[in-house]
Amino acid sequence: MPDKHVGQPLLRKEDPRLLAGQGRYLDDLGRDALAAAFVRSPVAHARITDIDVTDALDVEGLVAIYTYEDLPDRIAEPLPLLIPHPDLTHARTPHCLANGEVNHVGEAVVMVVATDRYLAEDAAERIRVAYRDLPPVVGVSQARAGDRLVHEDVPGNIAARSVQENGQGDAHSAIAAAPHKLTLDLEIERSASMPMEGKGVLAHWDADDRTLRVHSSTQTSTSVRLAVAAKLGLPPDRVEVVTPDVGGGFGVKIVHPWPEEILVPWAAMTLGRDVKWVEDRREHFISSAHERGQQQRIEVGFDDAGRLHGLSVEIWHDNGAYVPYGIIVPIVTSTQLLGPYKVGAYRVEFTSLYTNTVIVTPYRGAGRPQGVFAMERTMDAIAEYLGLDRLAVREANLIQPDEMPYDQGLVFQDGRPLIYDSGDYPTMMRMIRDLVGWDGFEAEREAAAGQGRRIGIGVAAYVEGTGMGPYEGAHVKVETTGEIVVSTGLTTQGQGHYTTLAQIAADVLGVAVADVTVITGDTRRFKYAVGTFASRAIVTSGNAVAVAAAKVAEKAKRIAAAALGDGIAPEDLELGDGVVRRKDDPGSFIDLQTVAVLSNPLRYAFDEAAKAATQFAAAANTGDEPGLEATGFYMPERSTFAAGAHGVVVETDPETADIKILRYCVVHDCGVVVNPRIVEGQVHGGVAQGVGGALYERIVYDDAGQLVNASYMDFLIPFSTEVPHIETAHMVTASGVNPLGLKGAGEAGVIPTSAAVASAVEDAERGRGATEQGLAIRRMPISPSELYELRKGRVHA
Amino acid sequence: MKPPPVVYHGPDTLEEAVRLLAEHGAEAKVLAGGQSLVPMLNMRLTAPRRLVDVNRLDELAYVRSDRHGVRVGALARHADVERATHAFETVPLLRQAVRTVAHPTIRNRGTTVGSLVHADPAGEMPAVLALLDGEVLLRSERDGERTVAAADFFVGPMESACREDEVAVEAYFPRPAGRTGTDWRELSRRSGDYALCGVGTLVRVDDAGAVVAARAAYIAMGSVPQVVDLTEAAADGDWSAAAESAADQLDPEDDIHASAEYRRHLARVLTARSLKASYEAVAP
Repeated sequence: MPDKHVGQPLLRKEDPRLLAGQGRYLDDLGRDALAAAFVRSPVAHARITDIDVTDALDVEGLVAIYTYEDLPDRIAEPLPLLIPHPDLTHARTPHCLANGEVNHVGEAVVMVVATDRYLAEDAAERIRVAYRDLPPVVGVSQARAGDRLVHEDVPGNIAARSVQENGQGDAHSAIAAAPHKLTLDLEIERSASMPMEGKGVLAHWDADDRTLRVHSSTQTSTSVRLAVAAKLGLPPDRVEVVTPDVGGGFGVKIVHPWPEEILVPWAAMTLGRDVKWVEDRREHFISSAHERGQQQRIEVGFDDAGRLHGLSVEIWHDNGAYVPYGIIVPIVTSTQLLGPYKVGAYRVEFTSLYTNTVIVTPYRGAGRPQGVFAMERTMDAIAEYLGLDRLAVREANLIQPDEMPYDQGLVFQDGRPLIYDSGDYPTMMRMIRDLVGWDGFEAEREAAAGQGRRIGIGVAAYVEGTGMGPYEGAHVKVETTGEIVVSTGLTTQGQGHYTTLAQIAADVLGVAVADVTVITGDTRRFKYAVGTFASRAIVTSGNAVAVAAAKVAEKAKRIAAAALGDGIAPEDLELGDGVVRRKDDPGSFIDLQTVAVLSNPLRYAFDEAAKAATQFAAAANTGDEPGLEATGFYMPERSTFAAGAHGVVVETDPETADIKILRYCVVHDCGVVVNPRIVEGQVHGGVAQGVGGALYERIVYDDAGQLVNASYMDFLIPFSTEVPHIETAHMVTASGVNPLGLKGAGEAGVIPTSAAVASAVEDAERGRGATEQGLAIRRMPISPSELYELRKGRVHA
Repeated sequence: MKPPPVVYHGPDTLEEAVRLLAEHGAEAKVLAGGQSLVPMLNMRLTAPRRLVDVNRLDELAYVRSDRHGVRVGALARHADVERATHAFETVPLLRQAVRTVAHPTIRNRGTTVGSLVHADPAGEMPAVLALLDGEVLLRSERDGERTVAAADFFVGPMESACREDEVAVEAYFPRPAGRTGTDWRELSRRSGDYALCGVGTLVRVDDAGAVVAARAAYIAMGSVPQVVDLTEAAADGDWSAAAESAADQLDPEDDIHASAEYRRHLARVLTARSLKASYEAVAP
């Protein structure tokens, strides 16, 4: 057993079970439950004039059909606005079932419950809904035009308009006074989280006990619990929400309550039967959530060295038909856009706009990829304009280590000041320069050109606020079997928490990781939690586990000291190798397991070990509450800031315009690393999604608001064949915010990928000699067909 | 994503299958590999009342070669065609093309004959059959067996000459005559995706290396496989000029993955590369 588990690249404890097909996902549960299916709007914007269910009534196995008219009280009210914000002046949230109007294709209109899903869909197919079409608003440009309205009482389709300045003077004046100026118009298209497992809900109502048990494939069981309790008018303690194994979330499952999370439990209570709904892939495309879609206008003023004097950014953000999750995404874009740089006077203004499309909520990266794209395209444009090296321009603007903690003068998404706690960006940029071979690349480029090949190199850097509050907690218990059980309220959907949280607990308690069992996302086991999103779990829950485990260790020492007697004080003891022992005499010890037995003074001995804790044995009475267990919480003062830089080499086919990634390099700093293997995996997964966003994935709506590629055949998630080998280098600047020095790693890989790939493709397409101009990439993702179009626009002298 | 109700038939013999189709053809679909049909059922894009599953007809699970060509039975999977060395030696184009059909798991299940009947204009195997002037053997209770040439088999997008009362029993891919080189290439967004443009070429040379015949077949460039004779255009070995002439005869369409203009451009680039490769495979 190593002295310290934290820092070890341990294999994931959860993998044998998951890889052997023993995972238990939502659809593995509730085999005998009734099945729900939904009639969803086939049109983007319309009034509902009639719903005729007659033809469905004779479908065998039909149990119930519900429309908006059937919904009682609070369930008939709009779903909650989860994150209110003063600038969100025109918030509109959806109803569980459409209330007379539909605002996107896929909005739920009718709920059907039948004895199985096949029959539910048969019945749903026979329900006729009549619509009177309204003009649809599709895409940012149409939303900005404002001549068509998504919600007739929201002028200009504007949900929110928000301005932030960094307190370093007026940005426009700074830009005007700077020696050089540039303006860029950029665009990022829509994408989506697309977890392999869609959403799903199973509800069981115990009428005798008056308790509701809900299983949901969610990123936040505790919040679902509170939301369901509020909507159904139950005390929260009558509602249990359990998260089974979850096949990926990537942000979409942090949104709650989804209409189905209310309707399915309500139907179970109403019908007195278990009810289950499992989202299918098409439903996920048209009725869950998307992200990314933005237009941006950037004005920048800079000097001869490429140093920024002022930066003004306008963002038009497509928030879809409703804003249940508030304006978190554009807030993150606005603030995280700054990256590792000092930009002089900064002004950012975003307008969050309604469209008749699926709602927009955070997807891994959560607005950062767009912000980094804006900042890094700007850096490249400055370098191009001045004829300077692109890395040199970036280096000229970096925040220096001795300036940490660095206050960017803005308010972050957690409502706290945007203060970078630690980081060493110059070292980071040096590392990516070396790793990707920046300095030797011109020779490689020439060699490739000699073979008729075009290659290019690009780089992009980012800073990511992670580990935000309000809090997470954990309960740690030493069982009398010696097993350590760590319960945390946050959920897990593939991050490896069963391993990383066990590593943290094992170190504090001096036990093996194999002895630690981690339980997540079960409100019966732990009620107070926020959720797993925003690269926060290991920071918040990891520190909470350490707090709780430390309390348990102290208690173990008190009980062991009393048991050992002999005038030994708790301070004389330490935990290690599964025992509590004397520091000065390790041969004098008591098993942690035995301490657990002693921790619960007993009247009755139920087995041999328990005898030691009975009243006529030598009881170790310390006055502690029974049980070798404790609860601990961690409430961060503010976020902690991770960072990274990606370097990428691409090849573009001079004829077909096919784009191939030749090398992908990552320098990554997430503070103290709990498990390097898991962090590496997180980076790989993020880069894979980043490559998707850069070269493949786009959600395509036609002018009528139909989502035309709502399947995995046409929404192009990269296969393993499209994901490059990823070369990673780690650096560690410990967090200054939390005791363990941790920073989040969940989203990192995806954040700068579009920016880095754009930079590399543009570089590969650099003009050759005096006869050919380069081209400017202002929009991502980019396909071969689009690169071909850009090439056509290139001027040949 | 659950199919509507359907009556399942699982005949044990070809005769039985043919009889079932004679009786129910108008409301039945033949299920072979199911790689296209099953997703369409699940998405309720098609709703036949009956399925006639031919997967028990083991006698049709063959790939046979002789010096004239390769015969592929209705139940031979793409992977069988891909792996059959004798088929590769007889008609190299078969393996060259079939390995670009989707992914290994799909090739393990999907059948070559099924993809011909499905007649997806983006499917590789219809274009291979068309390029080689192959044919399909059909059988029905009414007419017994009949053979349809590739040129007549592909009627429109997702529409073949196989009638609803017929089972496609076998496809025949003739070995090209003389000293003929072939090549298949395509560009797709991701490996295994339907191609943005795919082209197969065939170049026959005489002993001196002069081109005596050249043809190209295209997928995703029209409503059925497009076959273009390039013998004249490629006669002097100017592959670019030949490709130009081919691209002029194609009429691709826009979709979300590529513009029509880009597709035509790709046809030009890939044709030149493919003709060159076909030629070099047999040039003296």
